Amino acid sequence: MKAFKESILCAGHGGQGIVSMGKLLAYAGMQAGYQVTFFPSYGAEVRGGTAHSMVRIQYPEAIANPVITHPTVAIIMNKPSLDKFLGRIAPGGVLLYDAAAAEKIPEKTGVTIKKIPCTAIALKLKDKRVANMAALGSLSKIKGLFSLQELIQCLPFIFSGKQDLIEKNTEALRQGFNEV
Amino acid sequence: MTPAKKILITGNEACGEGAVTAGCGFYAGYPITPQNELTAYMSKRMDECGRVFIQSESELAAINMVLGASLTGERAMTTSSSPGISLMQEGISYLAGCQLPAVIVNVMRGGPGLGNIAASQADYFQATKGGGHGDYNMVILAPAGVQEMFECTYEAFDIAERYRNPVMILSDGIIGQMMEPIEVRYPQKSVDPDKSPWALRGCKGRESRSIRSLFLKEGALEEWNRDLQRKFRTMEAKEVRYETYKTGGARLIFVAYGTSARICRAVVDKLRQEGVKAGLFRPVSLWPFPYKKLKGLDKGTTVFFDVEMSAGQMLYDVRLAVADDSRVLFHGRMGGGVPEEADIINIAKKAVKRK
Repeated sequence: MKAFKESILCAGHGGQGIVSMGKLLAYAGMQAGYQVTFFPSYGAEVRGGTAHSMVRIQYPEAIANPVITHPTVAIIMNKPSLDKFLGRIAPGGVLLYDAAAAEKIPEKTGVTIKKIPCTAIALKLKDKRVANMAALGSLSKIKGLFSLQELIQCLPFIFSGKQDLIEKNTEALRQGFNEV
Repeated sequence: MTPAKKILITGNEACGEGAVTAGCGFYAGYPITPQNELTAYMSKRMDECGRVFIQSESELAAINMVLGASLTGERAMTTSSSPGISLMQEGISYLAGCQLPAVIVNVMRGGPGLGNIAASQADYFQATKGGGHGDYNMVILAPAGVQEMFECTYEAFDIAERYRNPVMILSDGIIGQMMEPIEVRYPQKSVDPDKSPWALRGCKGRESRSIRSLFLKEGALEEWNRDLQRKFRTMEAKEVRYETYKTGGARLIFVAYGTSARICRAVVDKLRQEGVKAGLFRPVSLWPFPYKKLKGLDKGTTVFFDVEMSAGQMLYDVRLAVADDSRVLFHGRMGGGVPEEADIINIAKKAVKRK
């Protein structure tokens, strides 16, 4: 296996599944045999406040610092988080953001920027909460860190085997993947 | 590649599982962020195992329930975060005074006062220098990852019983809330409170016992204290724990524990890439502090760099060990701030250039 290091930041507001997004990535990383750390951060009252989660995935070196200041991948789901984190993305990094967060954002040299209609996909599936999985589906196509199938296989961990949720989130992952 | 069977859990949950595996029979706690996952985990797991979980009405009640449970020979634990731990100090002093084992976990948050819910390391003084009244010490273990949250807690129960003294796990909000894969590779312990040499469970068929911390007879308390001090000296000699990382030939040695140690380990690697011979000394037991081991790394010109999420508390122990304040640097962030690698690297490079 080739050596690599990714530091992934997921950010948005409480209720957007920001923590679940990070957990899914960390779990997929562990299943693939990589080193992983996951660190969530949210306000005292989760819903409505800003939330972010930080995931390091690397191989083969053990992870020292779980706190990420300059992510190589940023998945951003709302406008305040875009304002906060855009300037911190590492050179050569990737920014994936929800089209519902901002119509257009300024170019940033050395950063690949992708706008994905995550919320639109979720609304089509009649559940706003699955926008996060649409984002991860797109990320799978863009970064290739995990295949769509690998992500789908990890859903039972996040949703404790609840079949209806797993199916809906699987569909969101698929549609996000096909969007790119 | 097929990795070993691993589970992805938070540090708080790993701590709880460490306690369950160590045979903890009694848990009392009151919810507080950033250790809520721990109380929640215990509410589920203790019930599954047929053991006692109590969500107490306050932290004050929790620590005194733990004292009561410990009196009956059960392995007992309570967990909280900074403000809650402050409330428990009287009970901790009583546990030490009565010579009763217990495990207390502090997942530190920003202070003083109610502070905030972010990670902090500002309770070092309270933990290591005696937060409660009277001459007492307790072994303080500082895990720096999720696997260690499990291991330190698992071991803490044995240490507590060995000395009949409370043991504290001093963690922080980042180590508590982060997730890492861990391997649970320790055997489940079973505890028989009836065989406990101190338990008060009825004295039919044996001599009666008494457990107290009140000694009014002239000279009795001093004698009791002398016994305690002998015990603390043994703990100092036997319970020192630490880890070194690339300290061989290092000109600059970071001293950090918990989350700060994780950050410094990343910094060591970055500095080494730039040709600065850096290393890390990580105390795992904050009491007893590994003074001799740290002193042993001093080549006379070595620069020591203490990094903490506080205004500088362990710093005093580092100064004491090195005995030359001009070679001890410090960087700290307060109130939930987390030291950034770039800031630490800047200070380190300037110091190495000067020397």
